[in-house]
Amino acid sequence: MVDDTIVAPAPAPAPRHRRRTNVGDRVRFVLRGIGQTLITLGLIVLLFAVYEVWITNIFAHRAQAKVYNALQNEWKQGKDPLALPANKISTIPLGSGIAVLYIPRLGRDYHFAIVQGSAVPDDSQLEKGPAHYRDTQLPGQIGNFSVAGHRVGKGEPFLNIDKLRSGDPVIVETKSHWYVYRVLGSPAGSDPQDNTTDIPVKGRDAVPVPGREIVDPSDGDVLLPIPDHPEIPLQDTEVAIMTMTTCHPKFTASHRMIVHAQLDKSLTVNLGSGNEDFAMPASIQRLYNEAAA
Amino acid sequence: MYVWIWRHLPGPVAVKLAQVLVLVALVSLLLLFVVFPWIEPHLPINQVTVPGN
Repeated sequence: MVDDTIVAPAPAPAPRHRRRTNVGDRVRFVLRGIGQTLITLGLIVLLFAVYEVWITNIFAHRAQAKVYNALQNEWKQGKDPLALPANKISTIPLGSGIAVLYIPRLGRDYHFAIVQGSAVPDDSQLEKGPAHYRDTQLPGQIGNFSVAGHRVGKGEPFLNIDKLRSGDPVIVETKSHWYVYRVLGSPAGSDPQDNTTDIPVKGRDAVPVPGREIVDPSDGDVLLPIPDHPEIPLQDTEVAIMTMTTCHPKFTASHRMIVHAQLDKSLTVNLGSGNEDFAMPASIQRLYNEAAA
Repeated sequence: MYVWIWRHLPGPVAVKLAQVLVLVALVSLLLLFVVFPWIEPHLPINQVTVPGN
């Protein structure tokens, strides 16, 4: 019923209320200012996310293409950045391409030139592509060939590295060889997280190494010749390991995701007199069908 | 702040709108290509390495 609610007509603002209204205005002004500031900050954070996952990729892909093309040209000219007297790897220019990485599980068009990094690869190197920890071994060598790569933005080479399963091939092409590493852990096809493979060691029992592990950011032992086994010196190892490091969870600095693989086979590129065939060998191409199966 | 800017932009509403779009674009570009690249290395995000041995 309408009669139930009799509302008094709003009184016209009286002059004596003026001061109180001013206080109200001031409060409203301050609140509106805070509200607008918060909304603005929110928009800036959103824009930062756009920057991280989109803009950085544009620049990184451009830088990666440059390094990749430079490496291909070097190879075609018969120069191998890894062919150094007495393996003086410290003479490879930082940030230049040394090898090409293929991971069939991540798609047929997945390939990245791996660049030479510092002892701990820095931002300028990682922006170009996955970067080799300078003081670790080179592709195919006994020991640990370790590579760091971005997970979100900056070309995001290791975005889907958590999709790798035990036994998955990780292929590294150098001027002279095709190296096929396989993610550790058994049985093949299982989740490599803390699923181990026994790695043989000279003069003692084999030691288990996981295919994938999540570690503290300070855990440098994952880069050792036998990962996580500081007691085993390089001269006692007889297996070529490859280790990939990236951030975990995505976007953060709280942990690192580590994937370990073991050299399964290597093919020599037919090194001729400058007219080498750089096309992917058939036996390497077959690995892609394996991933599709 | 936004009200203040809107009040101080000259011209009719359509012209003001155009100016606002230009301003937003300018600020976005400044953030994306100058401020963020500069600030990013100092943020604890996207760290992918472990210390070498």
